[in-house]
Amino acid sequence: MTNNNGRFGIHGGQYIPETLMNAVIELEEAYRHYKNDSAFNEELTALLNDYAGRPSGLYFAEKMTRDLGGAKIYLKREDLNHTGSHKINNVLGQALLAKKMGKTRLIAETGAGQHGVATATAAALLDMECVVFMGEEDTVRQALNVYRMRLLGAEVIPVKSGTGTLKDAVSEAMREWTSRIADTHYCLGSVMGPHPFPTIVRDFQAVISREIKAQILAKEGKLPDAVIACVGGGSNAIGSFYHFIGDKDVRLIGCEAAGRGIDTFETAATVNTGRVGIFHGMKSYFCQDEYGQIAPVYSISAGLDYPGIGPEHAHLHDIGRAEYVPVTDDEAVEAFEYLSKTEGIIPAIESAHAVAYARKIASVMKKDQILVITISGRGDKDCAAIARYRGEDIHE
Amino acid sequence: MSRITSAFENKKAFIAFVTCGDPDLSTTAACVRSAVENGADLIELGIPFSDPTAEGPVIQGANLRALTGGVTTDKIFDLVRELRKDVGVPMVFMTYANVVFSYGAERFFSTCREIGIDGLILPDLPYEEKEEFQPLAHKYGIDLISLIAPTSENRIAMIAKEAEGFLYIVSSLGVTGTRSEIKTDLQSIVEVVRQNTDIPCAIGFGISTPEQAARMAGISDGAIVGSAIVKLIEKYGQEAPAHVGGYVRKMKDALEAVSFI
Repeated sequence: MTNNNGRFGIHGGQYIPETLMNAVIELEEAYRHYKNDSAFNEELTALLNDYAGRPSGLYFAEKMTRDLGGAKIYLKREDLNHTGSHKINNVLGQALLAKKMGKTRLIAETGAGQHGVATATAAALLDMECVVFMGEEDTVRQALNVYRMRLLGAEVIPVKSGTGTLKDAVSEAMREWTSRIADTHYCLGSVMGPHPFPTIVRDFQAVISREIKAQILAKEGKLPDAVIACVGGGSNAIGSFYHFIGDKDVRLIGCEAAGRGIDTFETAATVNTGRVGIFHGMKSYFCQDEYGQIAPVYSISAGLDYPGIGPEHAHLHDIGRAEYVPVTDDEAVEAFEYLSKTEGIIPAIESAHAVAYARKIASVMKKDQILVITISGRGDKDCAAIARYRGEDIHE
Repeated sequence: MSRITSAFENKKAFIAFVTCGDPDLSTTAACVRSAVENGADLIELGIPFSDPTAEGPVIQGANLRALTGGVTTDKIFDLVRELRKDVGVPMVFMTYANVVFSYGAERFFSTCREIGIDGLILPDLPYEEKEEFQPLAHKYGIDLISLIAPTSENRIAMIAKEAEGFLYIVSSLGVTGTRSEIKTDLQSIVEVVRQNTDIPCAIGFGISTPEQAARMAGISDGAIVGSAIVKLIEKYGQEAPAHVGGYVRKMKDALEAVSFI
């Protein structure tokens, strides 16, 4: 649904410095070529299946279903992928593409560290150099992931500018890319930034909904009534939605991080509290003040702590095809604990936002209805932070 | 001929950049006046943005200081109104697309015209996205300044053909900031520019010394200096205007030597 300039309705585009224009044009040309190249696709599929462990399971959460007493709940287990999240789907695609383009170095931004770990992993596998930019505050919140990236051979650069979180890591990665383009690919982690990134990342993540569709038809013989995923930039959500966009009876629900609530300034709920703007290469919704200064957003989840949302989500919101709902820190932490105790699955705190909203609506849905929740990642990385949130000081 | 283009007539232009409101608006006003008195031919006024992705650490710091001090787009418009009472050289704004978009593009451009702003530089608005603001810029007679980068290659002609005001040639890869040497083959970029447009072109990014300015102006129509001036403002604060003036004088002298070669 994107046109040549990468527009999704009014959103998207390429609002980037001239220095980067030929780089994104070159990327678009390479992607157009390789996406229909059978050798490339076979190589990528082999990596996704044999290395990353796809397809990921669609698990019937029987105890949760019984406990909530409404819709049948299925969990799409992206947490079981190699490196522990959906991020590997996109990274393997982009790293392979970059390699074909003759690039020898990957740079990436990361919030929670999941995308950074995935990028460092792909770089190790494909013999590429890797530099990851991570907000200084996030390097503290996610110290274990910093170590994992270093272990995998990547250099992690703590970003001190701005709020020291995900948006600053993106800005710094963009700055780095403008200074070194010839051998470097910017492996963007979400469906955001300038065209063609939102399209490329979406296509690599669309494997999630392609699998959900086949798996639910095999298990239930019908499509789900709703698909729920958490949304920061929105890559696991668009991946979970994409093959259902044409199926109008399937509700698509994106859960935004409301932080301490959408009536406070400590929130990262972009669609619910932001307005249209232009930032990080794209037109979309952004949390900002009346003069267009980007707001210092907040969420307990480092991966959702971003003031914008991918342009395709902005468009799905505008046309009413998808719903974007706010979920607070408290609700997400409760859901984190709930899924751990109920199903023995510790979700990433990001994914717990989706679980939290599912808990609200499952009980009011009918028993013959089906709800799919994408568990975008596993929660081991969050245990120390959640313990602290509950007043328990544990050391890793 | 626009006021901007006439600033390049019969001379190599020295273009000075300051971030508005760093450390406060009255210091900005004094720095601008001091730069103009000492020979600056065109003033680039930065409207600070929270996340200036094209800037290096020096101008990032200036943006942060200005915003922390409470400067807003409206206060900067008032600053320009005040400056226009006695400053005759062309003045252009340098900011990011969201500052313009968020203010309401039509309201932004009509105010620019009302207060005497001549042009606008948006580093995150490449050729492909010009339509976002170009129609309004034309309606209100504001030149939308285009940039050409070391990586522009096959895009130079296309950009130059539609350029207005002056062309901003980015000397090096990367973000703004002073550099010990500039390695890009700027001569051949300027040659392609000259084949495609008559409007002047000035080189910026990385220039801090009179020697660099003279060399850059030697192959183009002028030199743009930002970070080196912002560093003086960072160092001297409210005492900066005299230092900025002295610096601009040195740079302008170097350019005047080139003009007569």
